[in-house]
Amino acid sequence: MAGSPPAAPSSREPRTPAAPGALLSASDVARVVDRMAHQLIEKAGNRLADLVLVGIPTRGAPLARRLAARVEAFSGTAIDVGTVDITLYRDDLRLRGVRALEDTVLPGAGIDGRLVVLVDDVLFSGRSVRAALDALRDLGRPRAVQLAVLVDRGHRELPIRADYVGKNVPTARSQSVRVRLAEVDGVDEVRVTGPAEEEQP
Amino acid sequence: MKKHLLEAADLDRSDATLVLDTAAQIEAALTGREVKKLPTLRGRTVVNLFYEDSTRTRISFELAAKRLSADVINFSAKGSSVSKGESLKDTALTLEAMGSDAIVIRHGASGAPHQLASWVRGSVVNAGDGTHEHPTQALLDAYTIRARLGRLEGVRVAVVGDVLHSRVARSNVRLLHTLGAEVTLVAPPTLFPVGVGSWPAEVSYDLDAVLPKADVVMMLRVQAERMTASFFPSAREYSRRYGLDARRMAVLGDDAIVMHPGPMNRGMEIAADVADSVRSTIVEQVANGVSVRMAVLYLLLGGAPS
Amino acid sequence: MNHLIKGARVLGGDPVDLLVKDGRIAAVGAKLSATGAEVLDAGGLVALPGLVDLHTHLREPGREDAETVETGSRAAALGGFTAVHAMANTDPVADTAGVVEQVWRLGQEAGLVDVVPVGAVTVGLAGERLAELGAMAESAATVRVFSDDGHCVADPALMRRALEYVKAFDGVVAQHAEEPRLTVGAQMHEGDRSAKLGLTGWPAAAEEAIIARDVLLAQHVGARLHICHVSTAGSVEILRWAKARGVDVTAEVTPHHLLLTDACAEGYDPVFKVNPPLRTDADVQALRAGLADGTIDAVATDHAPHAVEDKECEWAQARPGMLGLEQALAIVQDTMVETGLLDWAGVADRMSVRPATIGRLTGHGRPLIPGEPANLVLLDPAARAVVDPAALASRSRNSPYAGRELPGRVVATFLRGVPTVLDGKAQR
Ligand SMILES: [Zn+2]
Repeated sequence: MAGSPPAAPSSREPRTPAAPGALLSASDVARVVDRMAHQLIEKAGNRLADLVLVGIPTRGAPLARRLAARVEAFSGTAIDVGTVDITLYRDDLRLRGVRALEDTVLPGAGIDGRLVVLVDDVLFSGRSVRAALDALRDLGRPRAVQLAVLVDRGHRELPIRADYVGKNVPTARSQSVRVRLAEVDGVDEVRVTGPAEEEQP
Repeated sequence: MKKHLLEAADLDRSDATLVLDTAAQIEAALTGREVKKLPTLRGRTVVNLFYEDSTRTRISFELAAKRLSADVINFSAKGSSVSKGESLKDTALTLEAMGSDAIVIRHGASGAPHQLASWVRGSVVNAGDGTHEHPTQALLDAYTIRARLGRLEGVRVAVVGDVLHSRVARSNVRLLHTLGAEVTLVAPPTLFPVGVGSWPAEVSYDLDAVLPKADVVMMLRVQAERMTASFFPSAREYSRRYGLDARRMAVLGDDAIVMHPGPMNRGMEIAADVADSVRSTIVEQVANGVSVRMAVLYLLLGGAPS
Repeated sequence: MNHLIKGARVLGGDPVDLLVKDGRIAAVGAKLSATGAEVLDAGGLVALPGLVDLHTHLREPGREDAETVETGSRAAALGGFTAVHAMANTDPVADTAGVVEQVWRLGQEAGLVDVVPVGAVTVGLAGERLAELGAMAESAATVRVFSDDGHCVADPALMRRALEYVKAFDGVVAQHAEEPRLTVGAQMHEGDRSAKLGLTGWPAAAEEAIIARDVLLAQHVGARLHICHVSTAGSVEILRWAKARGVDVTAEVTPHHLLLTDACAEGYDPVFKVNPPLRTDADVQALRAGLADGTIDAVATDHAPHAVEDKECEWAQARPGMLGLEQALAIVQDTMVETGLLDWAGVADRMSVRPATIGRLTGHGRPLIPGEPANLVLLDPAARAVVDPAALASRSRNSPYAGRELPGRVVATFLRGVPTVLDGKAQR
């Protein structure tokens, strides 16, 4: 099978912000998830059983479960899934305010020595991923950690890039990207809201 | 959440539930981990301002703050400028000038945390004030009950002992009521405050009548000195009428638990074999105290601009 | 200097002119004129006899950082008073002729009000043996009111002797009614709020029990008795009963007990800590009714200045007491006049005539008619102002009325014809 190579977002980030509106429909989301599952299988090679998909709540968690299900469907190999709540690891609590914590659940076999793929819905500043990396460090010592996101919208504030990207979406910083998943929101959809003009520096 | 935790009434039902849920998440997140430390409050300073000796409460708060990576300053009234007559207000302003983000205060005077909160910009957590309240004790008690019984709604809690002088009783009556539990206070009439009738709790003078219906029996510390002020005739009579011994424990329901905020007077309000029985949650209460206080510090400080 | 007061409403009646000459009221009538007299336009102002306070703590000697005879006198004059009784709990205690004469002289020197010393009933307020009551009565201060205020004369035998002994010079014992065994460590009124706040309760019965005991003692020995700062509905009932029985008992209520309740303790601000404590709303209503029907004879301020460090601290450590002199008349207007319970003649009776009678002050509490000493106050009942503690004349700042809007303004006070306050400003 001929999965496309992983995106290299920072170099290929399109410059023109997306027009507001629906970006991915339910069928688009399903297609993108399938493609990412294929990429995971291809890249893991014969170490697929080592793979652990760890979702970042809220929407990274069901996304990880979907990816695992698709990987299993395509490869026949059952994939371990977990979640890691990053709230207590954030460095921007003072800006965002406190929120209720969500579950951190790791597979019984743990993550030591395994390939952990963090799964999140949107990659933006990179701060959530950094917090997740810190949380993982407290939870064990994986062989390697990779990152899979449904949407990369650019505007990174940290040297972080995704290994698997469902869709690169150029945005203005002032815009917001809203991912909705059936498990949480009742519907699968990705929308961009807000004006497309780049804010003045 | 309000900015301060001064009394149990500062928490409405959703706030109180949020604290308990957060504590449970924190406990789950840290269980089995080698490094029991989270970076959440890195760069924040928590001051433990203790005007009364209470090593257990201070250590619990200290551990909670440290596990959230806060800097902790222990400021005990003994051997400090406080004992040289510095006022609470001056002390508070000094601590704030040093950059404290939260002050955890234990004080012998009822209301001292309220006053402190009016003088400082940071958060104030009441760690016990006089005969007023001790809200984090009530939170850890509620957490312990929920962990053991799986619920709080409709749980029947008997709080037994020196209600008049007990900050634990005041906080528990309010918080447990907020969370849907049914509280019955049990004591000799001398150890109820005039005005207890306005509390959201039943009042009884008869422990034996209350025990068979109780899901939780919370024994309060009774100081033997009270008998010199004629609150009761003798320790022996108190213990016979209001102490929890094996005979009384036997009438409890199968799942009923026995709690005590500590420190215990074994042989006075609680018999040694009761304190050490499987029904006793006394050790769990101590462990739960750290998780609950972490949750409180996180919720008060996590989002507040420093 | 003579003064012609134009258009004042004496006791709230129709406007008249008053001519003040040589320390006395020389004439009262319509369209008076007097060459050389300073004319004061009193249109819209109410004229009352100068107020008399039976209960003031001036703190000198001993706590001059909280108040002095001079600063307290100024606060009194600004409040419309021409005489104040200075309580004996100073340091040293006013339990000798020497101390009461010292306080009396300081009052004369300040010259703003007549400072009338109260003598201690017992040596050092210790409640053990009688102070030299006769020596204080015969001193230059001519003490007639004796009180251990701050402490109750709790020993019933000692109280009986004190009541009897002062009969010899027409004195009166002013009892601070508080059974001490019932108020050990007490911080506030005992009730629902003390239970909630975890503050040790001060039961109403601790006051009522002493009042009941003392009216019986006073009747038994045929003595005069005065009850300080009555604070409960039960006390009012006992007094009503005692007066009906013919007991020679009088009583006072403070402005703060007419207005404030134990709800004020909710924030633990010690400015609201006072002894006896603020009571319930039902008590406030009973006190107002008792003052209105004369069961309670007088309003007395219990003006109790405290230094900042004694109030900006933990509730339990704070000293009890609150300022009262400068706002007393405003509180009475607010709680008694504007509620229709008293007219201005009633105010004059409860704040001047009766307290002067109780204290046996011959020159105060007199009607505003020709020949009488010109002790009087002019107030503007239509004014309203927000209380600013920083603007008070008292050396202390512990006013429970801070930030509260109150009616009435004292425009002028005259002490024996000399204005101590004009246009709301102290004249010395
Ligand atoms: Zn008094």
